[in-house]
Amino acid sequence: MSHRLAVEGLSVALPKGADRPLALDNVSLTLGSNEILCLVGESGSGKSTTGRAIMRLLPPSVRIQAGQARLDGQELFSLPEPAMREIRGSRIGMIFQEPMTALNPLRTIGDQIGEVFRVHTKLTRTETAKRVQELLSEVLIPDPVAAAKAFPHELSGGQRQRAMIAMALALEPAVLIADEPTTALDVTTQAQILKLIRDLQKRKGTGVLFITHDFGVVAEIADRVAVMQWGKVVEQGPASEILNNPQHPYTQSLIAAVPPLKPTARPPCDNEVLLRVSGLSKTYGRKTLFGKGRVTHAVRDVSFELRRGATLGIVGESGSGKSTTARCVARLIAADTGSVTLGSEDLLALSARQWRRESQKVQMVFQDPFASLNPRRRVGELVAQGLVARGVDRGKAMDRTRLLFEMVGLDPEAVSRYPHEFSGGQRQRIGLARALAPEPQVLIADEAVSALDVSVQAQVLDLLESLRQRLGLSVLFITHDLRVAAQVTDELIVMKNGEMVEAGRASDILENPRHPYTQMLIGAVPGRNWTPPGHAEAAPQ
Amino acid sequence: MQLLSFALRRLAISLPSLLIILVGVFGLLQLAPGDTVDALLAQMGGGDAKMIETLRQHYGVDTPAWIQLADYLVRLVHLDLGYSAIYGKPVADVIFERLPVTLLLMASSLTLASLGGVVLGVIASRYVHRWQDTLISTLGMLFYATPAFWLGLMAVVIFSIKLGWLPAGGFEEIGVEYSAWGRAADIAYHMVLPTITLSLIFLATYLRIMRASMLEVSTLDFVRTARAKGVDETSIVTRHILRNALLPLVTLIGLHAGTMLGGAVVVESVFTLPGLGRLAYESVVQRDLNTLLGIVFISALLVILVNFAVDLIYARLDPRIRGKGN
Amino acid sequence: MPAFKRYFRNSSAVMGLVLLVAVVLLALSADFLFPRNPLSLAGRPLQWPMANPRFWLGTDNMGRDIAAQIFYGARISLLIGVVATSLAIAVGILVGAVAGYYGGLVDEVLMRITDAFQTLPNFLLLLLLIAVFGSRIEMVVIAIGVVSWPAPARLTRAEFMTLRNREFVEAARLSGLSDTRLIFGEILPNALPPVIVYASVVMATSILLESSLAFLNLSDPNVPSWGNLVGLGRSVLRSEWYVSAIPGFAILLTVLAVSLVGQGLNDALNPRLDEQ
Repeated sequence: MSHRLAVEGLSVALPKGADRPLALDNVSLTLGSNEILCLVGESGSGKSTTGRAIMRLLPPSVRIQAGQARLDGQELFSLPEPAMREIRGSRIGMIFQEPMTALNPLRTIGDQIGEVFRVHTKLTRTETAKRVQELLSEVLIPDPVAAAKAFPHELSGGQRQRAMIAMALALEPAVLIADEPTTALDVTTQAQILKLIRDLQKRKGTGVLFITHDFGVVAEIADRVAVMQWGKVVEQGPASEILNNPQHPYTQSLIAAVPPLKPTARPPCDNEVLLRVSGLSKTYGRKTLFGKGRVTHAVRDVSFELRRGATLGIVGESGSGKSTTARCVARLIAADTGSVTLGSEDLLALSARQWRRESQKVQMVFQDPFASLNPRRRVGELVAQGLVARGVDRGKAMDRTRLLFEMVGLDPEAVSRYPHEFSGGQRQRIGLARALAPEPQVLIADEAVSALDVSVQAQVLDLLESLRQRLGLSVLFITHDLRVAAQVTDELIVMKNGEMVEAGRASDILENPRHPYTQMLIGAVPGRNWTPPGHAEAAPQ
Repeated sequence: MQLLSFALRRLAISLPSLLIILVGVFGLLQLAPGDTVDALLAQMGGGDAKMIETLRQHYGVDTPAWIQLADYLVRLVHLDLGYSAIYGKPVADVIFERLPVTLLLMASSLTLASLGGVVLGVIASRYVHRWQDTLISTLGMLFYATPAFWLGLMAVVIFSIKLGWLPAGGFEEIGVEYSAWGRAADIAYHMVLPTITLSLIFLATYLRIMRASMLEVSTLDFVRTARAKGVDETSIVTRHILRNALLPLVTLIGLHAGTMLGGAVVVESVFTLPGLGRLAYESVVQRDLNTLLGIVFISALLVILVNFAVDLIYARLDPRIRGKGN
Repeated sequence: MPAFKRYFRNSSAVMGLVLLVAVVLLALSADFLFPRNPLSLAGRPLQWPMANPRFWLGTDNMGRDIAAQIFYGARISLLIGVVATSLAIAVGILVGAVAGYYGGLVDEVLMRITDAFQTLPNFLLLLLLIAVFGSRIEMVVIAIGVVSWPAPARLTRAEFMTLRNREFVEAARLSGLSDTRLIFGEILPNALPPVIVYASVVMATSILLESSLAFLNLSDPNVPSWGNLVGLGRSVLRSEWYVSAIPGFAILLTVLAVSLVGQGLNDALNPRLDEQ
């Protein structure tokens, strides 16, 4: 196999005052033609920096300290800038995570793809337009003529990423660097984009450096894998070797943290129904003094039951209404119609004042570990303030807060620190402590582990599971990730466009999905045929 | 078409504001000590009780305030702004005599401020933290802090009194026969100092916003995409950053329309220009409330029109806005 | 406090602060250095600066000491700056917070009123208010506050609209906090930094507005305002231009000081752009 791209001894220095001196420490990689090399690692591992360093597109404060990168034998780091510009976009293409922000919002898709030809070739305007059409057809955008004239905001996320791919592959580059290209996309769209990259790569013989944090994606697409940790490549080799027989302890721990898609064996829960939601609907349509906008049905006629001590999962893609449903149950959003009965009381019928007293019964853990904690309050205060607002004496509230911190695995003395002093995983633990403080009957976890790295995600899921058992909590678990849902839920609801399409026992739905949408959703989970090794014995009970 | 309907929707939103202004200002003027008749009497040097009574009836100031207001609004719809007792002719005539001067002053100042602001802001952002940036930013700071009336006076001292290059005031030379072009040149000659005086503070603001906006946009993802395509730095600025960076500036220009009209009061007074701003000042001093109310209405209308134009430009620049209401 | 340190590492911000302290010192030392009424006749009119050692900034066309008027004028400018700004910011925050937090009809109504204030040229409204309520210095201060609140209100509203649906606010709501505590305890502290920075703009504008009014002879004639003196010097501009030049320069320096401090605060509180 001939090497298209060879990186040798690449070290990148971070500015003074960063958490470590080197962003990349002696990284060496090779990429053959016609193969996909997955560069995998958690946040801060340096995987994205590697991609940018090869393109010489690092931020000004970060610089290449040592090493070489050769593209078909030509050294890149010593090239003058104009020569490097010639290479970017023509011999190395690049696509990014967020296709919305990666495209100029004020210019049409066709114009932005055509720019590649304007910069690197002498094609005429009509020839360029023709090539743009061909490219858009090649990446399977529906109606390429309209797409070329469209602005980025007029396309869907998947279509935008297709346009980005068309742009990156316009001049048939030797190497494509794909930096988390499917992370911002829904799972079904992700599956399509992965397939597209795979197909185009095979057809054109491109070498693809695919940067990702997701081992499922790796299992789906990689020929070879390089695992990064703290700026170093700790292990690399053929995909099947790394995925099924990892050698380095870090790789082993990462892979062990990936939840398998197989549902865990859980005893059926026959407790009485605690929370009954029926006929819940919510529409959005901005009414102004002058006419009203479009009406969208965020949630339409959703009904379900949550048994005491059970975990009910709500899964769906973005826009499915799963988060709106959760917020309607917690009365953060006022539902239009329907009822939420807890015990024998309809929560939605309570007055605002009554609800403020009763809101302790339903608590929530949020998605974003950074946005969910007020940066200006001490974390102890954040947990205690709900208790104080409900009339608990201040000293008692702080005592209870310390106890809760211990319960979620934090140092009780950390109560006087501020949120920014904690890591993402620790912040989610604080959020959990806050939610548990008023001893709720129902805990809603809204994508509570989605923003976390896989190893941290596993720890938080374990904690949630042990607390649920210990405290007899009933959990409403909202997630887009079927792997996570398989691990923690007893029952499952699948939502699409605001409506429930399927509901039932989690194991039934995951193993025998009946609705075509559920089947498609499960079929789109990346790496679904790969079961992470070491999980057979790790399954509880 | 979509663009126009967007702008028209925005225009509709400004109607309630216009009504609030008229009702509010009308109410405010009811609180004013003395009415038009008092002002008139002061000018005539007094009059007997019977004459005052007649005058009050004539100007309708003896009816309840809300009826006067309703009357006024009905007349407004017919574009009748009432009668100025001080100037002895319809308010509309008084205002439209003065309007062209102010319009010319605003248009030239707006042009100078926005062009200058954009050019200087772009240069400063391209040389950020180097001497070019330091020079431009410092000048901007100074311009921003300089009171317009003082700047105008000092410019008169230097350019009119000491150097004798430019006229110290007035809109045009009186008593000289010019051809059409000659007259235009003469007016332009007279407008140099007022334009610079009125525009500098806005120029300073725009250059600061433009610099910050250019720097902000240059950190966005799509600029990185353009670099990854191999686009050179000059094209990145002209084709990708500039247009995006203009958006906040355009919004600001709309917001400043009113402020600029307010600044015209001072500048027209410094340079004795017969414009709307000076008329406003004179009406306050002479308590000509009818004219004052007319000026309020016309300037509000002017601000709304400028904002309408700004909305059109914004929608032209930003395709995302066209589908939305506000 | 890193923001504090960042501020003092910025030389123009430090210069602004030094200038501002100097203006405050002028205001404080006025009584002590010039015990006489600054608006009373002090000597022969129109003496050039430095010509008479008693009047090192000279005298105006009414024979009053310019230096004394500069010192006492600092008080008026600072008074206007601080009081009118506090008024404008307080009203702006209140209106913006309520509109941004509650949204819907409340927001619609408040924003139309704000629109109205922004559509009417603020200097024109200022003239109207002075014409109706007179030009006592208290009225001038209040009037300047009244015409200056819409921009801070819009800014606060925008901040509230992005913050009100943040997860930490939702969490606080689930903790059972009242609306008042959510608005003032949770959201406002996070919305405040840009508003504080904007306060410096309002302060600079207020000082400029008052001096413009005074220049037009529409402000309180019984207080020694810099703008008044600039206006007075107009009639002798041809020969004794210093009467206008000196107080105008004082206004310039004060506004410059306030702006530099504001920009320094901005850079200290939002340290992202100029880092690279």
